Amino acid sequence: MSFSWAKPYEPKHPVMKWLDERLPLPRLAYGAVGGGYPVPRNLNYWWNFGVLAGIFLTIQIVTGIVLAMHYYATADGAFNSVNQLIMRDVNAGWLLRYAHMNGASFFFIVVYIHIFRGLYYGSYKAPRELVWMLGLVIYLLMMATAFMGYVLPWGQMSYWGAQVITGFFSAFPLVGEPVRVWLLGGYAPDQAALTRFFSLHYLLPFVIAGVVILHIWSLHIPGSGNPTGVDVKDEKDTLPFHPYYTAKDGWFAAAFLLVYALVTFYAPNYLGHPDNYIPANALATPAHIVPEWYFWPFYAILRSCTFNLFWIDAKLWGVLAMFFSILLLFFLPWLDKSPVRSGNYRPVFKRFFWLLVIDIVILGYVGGAPIVWWRTALGQIAAAYYFLHFLVILPLVSAFETTDPLPNSISESVLSGDAAEAPVATVG
Amino acid sequence: MFLRPILGFIGAIFALALVCSLFSGLKTYFTNPPAPLASEEFHKEPKPLHLASDGPFGKFDKAQLQRGLQVYTEVCSACHSLKLVAFRDLKALGYSDAEIKAFAGSGKQWKIEVPSINPDTGEATTRKALPSDTFPAPFANDTAARAANNNALPPDLSLMTKAREGGAAYVYSLLTGFQNQPAELLKKFPDAKTPPNLHYNPYFANLNLAMPPPLTTDGQVTYADGTKATVDQMAKDVSAFLVWTAQPDLERRHAAGLAVAIFLLIATILAYLAKQQIWHGGAEPDVRVTGVLEPKNQAKTRRAKNKAGVAG
Repeated sequence: MSFSWAKPYEPKHPVMKWLDERLPLPRLAYGAVGGGYPVPRNLNYWWNFGVLAGIFLTIQIVTGIVLAMHYYATADGAFNSVNQLIMRDVNAGWLLRYAHMNGASFFFIVVYIHIFRGLYYGSYKAPRELVWMLGLVIYLLMMATAFMGYVLPWGQMSYWGAQVITGFFSAFPLVGEPVRVWLLGGYAPDQAALTRFFSLHYLLPFVIAGVVILHIWSLHIPGSGNPTGVDVKDEKDTLPFHPYYTAKDGWFAAAFLLVYALVTFYAPNYLGHPDNYIPANALATPAHIVPEWYFWPFYAILRSCTFNLFWIDAKLWGVLAMFFSILLLFFLPWLDKSPVRSGNYRPVFKRFFWLLVIDIVILGYVGGAPIVWWRTALGQIAAAYYFLHFLVILPLVSAFETTDPLPNSISESVLSGDAAEAPVATVG
Repeated sequence: MFLRPILGFIGAIFALALVCSLFSGLKTYFTNPPAPLASEEFHKEPKPLHLASDGPFGKFDKAQLQRGLQVYTEVCSACHSLKLVAFRDLKALGYSDAEIKAFAGSGKQWKIEVPSINPDTGEATTRKALPSDTFPAPFANDTAARAANNNALPPDLSLMTKAREGGAAYVYSLLTGFQNQPAELLKKFPDAKTPPNLHYNPYFANLNLAMPPPLTTDGQVTYADGTKATVDQMAKDVSAFLVWTAQPDLERRHAAGLAVAIFLLIATILAYLAKQQIWHGGAEPDVRVTGVLEPKNQAKTRRAKNKAGVAG
């Protein structure tokens, strides 16, 4: 699709020839994930997580479809259909359920690494802005899907999580409360909310799959980025996706699935919360309500706003800050104007990148732990830094930073084996 | 063109809201520090408990589970239901079909009957339990359970060891943790005296528990296998039993996990060798893909940079 030297599909078997003339599906696959897609030859292992995300989406859809065959989306029956029918009586039901539960967590682990790889190597920059934005759409859809999936077992955290998250909308003046009631189909989470969450939880993964196709399509126009951030110049810079990257992705996927299997089989509830094994009870609020771990940084930002500034009250500040903390990522391609993509050649950017990683880990820790004064203070500092990082520091760094010399080409950086000794090409 | 100044301004506003929150929070904390709570200072973490089912190769100790079932049947089931477990599931504890049938329906061991309908009159009645039934609850409904227990609802025990932080160790600690309120606590928190009808237990989150100590005397049950029924032993046995009720899949899970791990390990090794063959093997010249992030190259880069005096 992307480069003139991309190998065209040449069907050899008469059946494939016959098919290709009528429906060029094999041609599409060959160009997308086969020998017809040239990929920079210098990708490191951080580039393996895109394929892994696809694998986890598949695991979630397959286990989820089978679980849906045994699940009852009723307020009376949901908890028992999961904890009695599926976990005890369905053949290998415990495996399906634990695989799905932990599959969600691992899907997020993979996607977070994928996102941070993009942040470090400037994968959001021209000409890949749309790839980045479609990725963020996938991420938002994943968050909605994961939240609604967590509600389905109808345990205490399911119920109170639904209560808190839909409560965000009531922070908005005038329209907020009617919108919340409309979304829930009632004044509190109940049958109406559970059935619609189930319906949407089944629908959204297929929407995600659709946006994944757009994500890959838009990626294949300029082709994949690479650790140097230097554009592909000629055939020497690339290798065909198959067999080189199928083989590299293959063994790494097997190794990563091993980690996933160890958690699923030996610590299946480690990433969950014990309270979700208590049936939902509208009259008993859990001692501290926390979302699943992958929402902790955003939950920390939400809870950090405790001051009524101007005419906006603290709750609305929290909700706005939380929504905006994700939305601002859509502006990233225009916030960071540095012409150098890769963090490897951006000494100042690199330091701030690692500071951001630490900042988000701190936010995650604060969001998942009970409220104590010093932890709240720590979270507030970290949340303030989060906004300053993207909206103030990054534009300034990209304007004033002196970047390191880039290699002339990918093949040069690879075959000489040394980026720094390459002839100087000043960019900027 | 105006995008970056506008976004920078929004970022500064959010940072301002957060900094205001920070200072107002700190000011409140230092001018009006929160009063210490007895439940924070005197709450204890669960005592360690080691069971045969622990660890990746853990298996249930069936004799212990049978003793735990006996404790549940003779003590706990007076108030607590076990709604998710069926009598037929007891096969996993080493009982035969005939033994399970006798346990459920003879009325000698399991005494609670199952709600039913009289086939002649259509009136509500009860019948003896069958192996296919789940354990019938001691009370007809939650209202009846509360009425008989000072308005406290005894929770269902099926998932108890998954539904509490600390799991089986928490259950064991709670059962053996009843004690008199420490004098030290009352001296420091005179208002925190355990109310009537509640019972002091430092392993319970708010220290005061509606459940009276259920295991009080050694020999409260007489174990069929001759094990000495100390309070500690009974608490351990019933905790082990509740691990099984919450995770009847545990043994199968551990066994299947080992098989899956071995399979994936072999798959990983084979796939890695295939990758090495494709990238570095065969008759074609070595495709030396050694990105800038390869340690060897990074070391070189660093050396070159040091030589050139470039930072970073």
